[in-house]
Amino acid sequence: MDEKAAIATERSGQRCASVAEEPVRDGGAAPRATFDVARIRADFPILSRTVHGKPLVYLDNAATTQKPQAVLDVIARYFKETNANVHRGVHELSARATDQYEAARERVRRYFNAASTREIVFVRNATEGINLVAQSFVRPRLRDGDEVLVSAMEHHSNIVPWQLVCEAAGARLRVAPIDDAGTLRLDELERLIGPRTRIVAITHMSNALGTITPVREIVRIARRADVAVLVDASQAAYHMPVDVQALDCDFLVATGHKLYGPTGIGVLYGQERRLEGMPPFLGGGDMISSVTFEKSTWNVLPYKFEAGTPHIAGAIGLHAALDYIDGIGLDAIAAHERELTAYAAGMLGTMPGVRLIGTSPEKSSIVSFVMDGVHPHDIGTIVDREGIAIRTGHHCAQPVMERFGVPATARASIAMYNTREEIDRLGRALEKVREVFA
Amino acid sequence: MSDLNDLYQEVILDHNRKPRNFHALADASHRAEGYNPLCGDRLTLYVKVADGVVADVSFEGAGCAISKASASLMTDAVKGRTVAEAAALFDRFHRMVTTPPEQPVEDLGKLSALAGVREFPVRVKCASLAWHTLKAAMANEQRTSTE
Repeated sequence: MDEKAAIATERSGQRCASVAEEPVRDGGAAPRATFDVARIRADFPILSRTVHGKPLVYLDNAATTQKPQAVLDVIARYFKETNANVHRGVHELSARATDQYEAARERVRRYFNAASTREIVFVRNATEGINLVAQSFVRPRLRDGDEVLVSAMEHHSNIVPWQLVCEAAGARLRVAPIDDAGTLRLDELERLIGPRTRIVAITHMSNALGTITPVREIVRIARRADVAVLVDASQAAYHMPVDVQALDCDFLVATGHKLYGPTGIGVLYGQERRLEGMPPFLGGGDMISSVTFEKSTWNVLPYKFEAGTPHIAGAIGLHAALDYIDGIGLDAIAAHERELTAYAAGMLGTMPGVRLIGTSPEKSSIVSFVMDGVHPHDIGTIVDREGIAIRTGHHCAQPVMERFGVPATARASIAMYNTREEIDRLGRALEKVREVFA
Repeated sequence: MSDLNDLYQEVILDHNRKPRNFHALADASHRAEGYNPLCGDRLTLYVKVADGVVADVSFEGAGCAISKASASLMTDAVKGRTVAEAAALFDRFHRMVTTPPEQPVEDLGKLSALAGVREFPVRVKCASLAWHTLKAAMANEQRTSTE
């Protein structure tokens, strides 16, 4: 058994540890996996630690998710047994490192159902992916008076890169509004797409509100005007299946550390016809096919966009993380998280003096709220002493805060390993907040 | 809960609920805006200096209980003091909130209510925002930030 096969076998073992199969009924039905949250929790070592003497309740998943043992093991094993640089050595370790790095690319391709690994570029994070598209795809074709269209619920990372290119070209950043529930106004978005629109850059799921956007429909609208679409799937990618061919988007970005993988590794998907025509973003080693002092020529896709030594261990860790997610099943994860989100929203929504921010019917996994007379930062400090990690602040989405007329919110964000008991503990901690500020 | 009680003392909760000198100052001679990007706390500080004395001082804005109470307590503490005394008080206050929790600190009267932030290092910026803004106002800087 070679090394890769050994890893694959161990990973499938990991899957079996978390997904129990129900017996086949009536001889005809296919085996159905049941979602066993206790077994999933056992796969995440950090979930058994305490914080301030209380068992950790981790509800800051929209910021970053925790890592299963399988991911930690693969990264440690890579550094212990394989560590070498990729795409250059003739020696055994370099060849193995290259194989594993490229196997990770194939794994990412499969996760997002891209047509080819040439369309999968490894970057540091979603932010870098957006900057790459802004600088290499949009900037060269942006003229004075052109427009870039985003939504009112974008993360700063899907606002600022566009402001930079717009400013340089004299172009204009336009914003599709959201309604009072935090749902995208699709009619307004359609109205804002015009002959000067060069790209629509839209989140698939808002990190501040949890709203899920109808990306397939947005792409359809944009296609009619021949406008490219970039999808920020940083949040959506670990909560629900994301299929780039079904969405038909031109570009999509995601970040590894929210996909239960390591930090420092992200993914840019780009349709091959788009990536082919784009100049490199960063220059350096690995992205060239030949270099002279007169002129260099670029490597083929996707390497044209991967200058310098990449985050090899990060890619390999991401591979294991995606195996882990698919082993549980995104549909099962989505169902669990939707149920928990509804439970949390129901509990918080009926607490006196609590207002939910973001109540779109199409939402999941994120519950943002404010409490009368208590600043979110004070909520965060008090629940932290109960061992509960939530995010408080503007969530890198200041325009969203402005839209709802609040300086900040408290945000509980849910992942596959969270439980009703944890939501209940948050509820009790919020009662303590109320007591302190009575 | 004990360190939480240290942080959210009655004095602080009271100044959060009913901040003193919480209004604009039409005839301010100095003014600055303070911003804490971590939590979005934002305040505008107004100072009226006459003959080297802080004749009046006030603030407006939105923020957490710690930043609001600290701003409120600060305005009470520096009003009527000379500019030099106010600056010296900032130094003493800053020393108090940044001294490790197990070490003794100087008694600064009502301002000592904020000594509890020492147990919460991420909240020290909340407590010192108003003071940094006061310093910026006196230096005639328009904006300041605790980042």
